[in-house]
Amino acid sequence: MSTATQIPFVEYLRLEPTPHLVANECTSCGARYFDRRNACAACFATDFTPVDIPTEGVVRSFSIVTFAAPGVEVPFVAAVIDCGGTSVRANIINCPPDPEHVSLGMNVRLATTVVGTDSAGVEAVNYGFEPA
Amino acid sequence: MSRSDDIWILGIHMTKFGKHPNLDVVDLGAEAIQGALADAGVTMADIGILAAGNLLGSGSIAQQLQKQVGQTGIPAYNVSNACATGATALRTAIMAVKAGEVDMGLAVGVEKLAGAGLLGAGGRAKADNDEWERNGRFGAVGPVDGRIGTESMPGVFAQIGMEYGHKYGGADFELFAKISEKNHAHSTLNPLAAYNKAMSLEQIMNDVMIAYPNTRPMCSANCDGAAAAVVINGEKLKTLSLEQQRRAVKVSASILTSDPWQEACQVLPDVNTLTRSAARQAYEQAGVGPQDLNLVELHDCFATAELVHYDNLMLCEEGGAVDFFESGAAHRDGRLPVNVSGGLQSKGHPISATGIANIWEVCQHVRGEARDRQIEGAKVGLAHVIGLASACGVHILERSAA
Repeated sequence: MSTATQIPFVEYLRLEPTPHLVANECTSCGARYFDRRNACAACFATDFTPVDIPTEGVVRSFSIVTFAAPGVEVPFVAAVIDCGGTSVRANIINCPPDPEHVSLGMNVRLATTVVGTDSAGVEAVNYGFEPA
Repeated sequence: MSRSDDIWILGIHMTKFGKHPNLDVVDLGAEAIQGALADAGVTMADIGILAAGNLLGSGSIAQQLQKQVGQTGIPAYNVSNACATGATALRTAIMAVKAGEVDMGLAVGVEKLAGAGLLGAGGRAKADNDEWERNGRFGAVGPVDGRIGTESMPGVFAQIGMEYGHKYGGADFELFAKISEKNHAHSTLNPLAAYNKAMSLEQIMNDVMIAYPNTRPMCSANCDGAAAAVVINGEKLKTLSLEQQRRAVKVSASILTSDPWQEACQVLPDVNTLTRSAARQAYEQAGVGPQDLNLVELHDCFATAELVHYDNLMLCEEGGAVDFFESGAAHRDGRLPVNVSGGLQSKGHPISATGIANIWEVCQHVRGEARDRQIEGAKVGLAHVIGLASACGVHILERSAA
């Protein structure tokens, strides 16, 4: 069992009690965002409330990226996942990156992966989606 | 023939697209400007406003160009709007003419991109011994490109095309490759294209995969190039020679939009809503419909992008882009030829020049000056450009009645 301290790779990923994503939802119009907000782009209101995003979804679009900027490991599958009506950007992981194994409409679920460990021994944990 | 608020293209020029190792951005931009002025039959002394774009440059391309082609003290605007920069420069000049502040304006876009590699991607990696530190709007402890989807343009636009396939069906690797085959075939008639060799479907599909389903020839070609245009109002045009009036091309619509909020638009750029909105406004402004168009130059930055814009520009029924392409309509001998220049995949995509170069192509046809690739009898054409994330320019151009 690992005793390493873990932190999420991005702020909108929560590791406890089980890994899931949290969006900022506009309290006026319900628009959802994953980034730090100044106001709602849809209705300009400024109040947001955190909402948990379903951890299961459907692949709405994908690309298998085989040529990327220096430092980016290839190949990887970039995708948009429809998680119960909220679109999420993610990689498809735990799945061979080829068109025989990744398809439009495929059912997937959230999974986590350790990105790396820093000098203090803290692990950064990222999310992806794997075939369900 | 003209009302005072009518806008016309009096002169327009596009340089050869490709590698110009011995010319800098000022040389290329100056060549485009001098070509457009000569085509218009005017000089810098006639121009009341200059709008210029050069994305990778220092931000003062307009003044750098003035210092070579003519410093007349006119207002100079340096504009930047990603791949829609050229169209934005043109819109800026048009707005000044339309507002009545000047009679004539000049717009230019220039880029040196040969050998630039992949655009839109990258990020700063963490040094090995650092402690995690949160950065950016997502509070990420490292670069997200490649870890949470992709920021590379081939991958982003691949997903845009695949999303269309998910919604409507029928769009697969082979279909996207066929779109590219069409554009490469078209490019063989365009001496100004960066690449003008035909490619077979097999060659395209077996070439290096960049971001499935886009192989290398299905991606826009990074290259050097420039384009410029002189615009004039209808009143002033009436004072010029009959030959200038005959060759002037009417700007029946000039529209620029940004992306309105949609669910998912901040997850994957939505290039559809703003294009459809720009097209709808342009058809209304011009008083023409898609069925009246003789040719379309649209922003095929990737083969996957061309498909969705058939639909966004309403060249087909909603959801009917695959059928539209499969019918042969978009080929140069089809019902509504699309990208007879060869498109960005073969003509090339020097980003700031693209939004004027596509208008140059349409002007060549409606003037009847497109030589070997002339679409016979072309009277009306549409030019479309998209820059992430996001700006969309749509212009409708019509042959002069003079």
